[in-house]
Amino acid sequence: MANVPADLKYAKSHEWVRQAGGVATIGITDHAQHELTDVVFVELPQVGRRLKAGEACAVVESVKTASDIYSPAGGEVTEVNQAIVDNPALVNTDPYGSGWFYKLRLATPAEVDALLSPEQYRAQIGG
Amino acid sequence: MKRTPLFAAHQRLGGRLIEFGGWEMPVQYTSIIDEHLAVRRAAGLFDISHMGEVQATGPAAEAFLNGVLTNDLRKLTPGHGQYTLMCNERGGVIDDLYAYRLGLEEYLLIINASRTAEDVGWLEQQLERFPRRGELQLQNVSDATGAVAVQGPAVAEFIGQCFSGSAIAGTPVASPRDLKKNQIAKFRSATAEAWVSRTGYTGEDGFEVAAPAEAIVGIWDNLLAAGQAHGLKPAGLGARDTLRTEVCYPLYGHELDEQTSPLQAGLGFFVSLDKGDFPGRAILADQKARGVAKKLVALKTVDKSAPPRPGYPLWSTGADSRRLGELASGTLSPSLGVGIGMAYVPPEFAAAGTPLEIEIRGKRIAAVVAPKPLYRKPA
Repeated sequence: MANVPADLKYAKSHEWVRQAGGVATIGITDHAQHELTDVVFVELPQVGRRLKAGEACAVVESVKTASDIYSPAGGEVTEVNQAIVDNPALVNTDPYGSGWFYKLRLATPAEVDALLSPEQYRAQIGG
Repeated sequence: MKRTPLFAAHQRLGGRLIEFGGWEMPVQYTSIIDEHLAVRRAAGLFDISHMGEVQATGPAAEAFLNGVLTNDLRKLTPGHGQYTLMCNERGGVIDDLYAYRLGLEEYLLIINASRTAEDVGWLEQQLERFPRRGELQLQNVSDATGAVAVQGPAVAEFIGQCFSGSAIAGTPVASPRDLKKNQIAKFRSATAEAWVSRTGYTGEDGFEVAAPAEAIVGIWDNLLAAGQAHGLKPAGLGARDTLRTEVCYPLYGHELDEQTSPLQAGLGFFVSLDKGDFPGRAILADQKARGVAKKLVALKTVDKSAPPRPGYPLWSTGADSRRLGELASGTLSPSLGVGIGMAYVPPEFAAAGTPLEIEIRGKRIAAVVAPKPLYRKPA
């Protein structure tokens, strides 16, 4: 059964958000990494890029598939995680910790509130 | 979708099932990379029951097959097999396959799952026009036959445990591990008789086993049990694809199709132009004399990048860079850790060392033509 931490919000497209003040940390869920299996490559947005909620902003690739990552919320990219560029396997082994993708200064913090709760996301993935 | 006799085994082992050539098959059980590396370092077990099998028996079997296949079948003594191709009248590939001589007048063809219907249709059509057709029988035994491939450096250590006694037909060896490459022999398994060949599609040592469909589950289970102590893992189609791409083996529908000739694919070694006529021979002889319009090359990406994939555009470099075509195959190489692929290019771009660019999501990534095979076993 997939791990769905209680302190995060979730997008239908399997991204998670950890919010602290006006900054969101974003990654992909345990369910998503399990579906992908071996992540072999990650493409991250440029620092400084402005994103809208739902905009394709990153790519995660396994041996067999390339998947777009959609930003769960809008804002400015303040930091990206070089560790997963150097070692894509972190996305599989630690999707909620060292496998984070990027941080966003939120344009509209209320967008995060509108995302799925852990219970709603768990229901969506059938867990 | 069709299911092989091993479908329940795939489910039990947690196989992730996908559609392939009309069959519901496991693409992976745990991880494509783990399964790939298991084959390179120890052993992997593949269900290949979806492949097709055709028997040709009788005094004219050799003459008939030699008149439709490109390689010279007369080279085979009983208990030996050869890689070969079947072409249409334009020299385009209908399928690539293995042909085994099981006995003096007994042949077995192992054909691609995705081409079984086409191959059988073509063979029957050719048989209608064969003057000596009364002297042979052609039988499509695909539905009655199961098969597995067990591949890797450790396989020879345990394959003998799954069969008893010495060969009862084919190459007269005491045990499967005494078979040399491309040799085939019949052995007794617990419940049936199986043809065991020292062949494979991975670039490693290994064996392929063909047996009655109802016996293949037992053979799979025995191999899995015997191989466990040697690091054997079940392996799916994902690893099968990364393994064969690393050693530059073609896959029908990618490197081979009805508009592509064996010579363009670099398979001239398996085409015998002077053994007698076969469909496409004249066109292939012409290609050999005048050169081919496109050549299959192997590619490596220069820096760490997103994996190349089949269908990605390929460009030449420089000021007058032009689009050369698309990748026939592409993947991350688990053994090499870089992106690899194969593609057809005009002959002037085919030399090893030629710089090219692979377009990945609109960005051009540096690649280089590399000698085949892309992966070689360390000495």
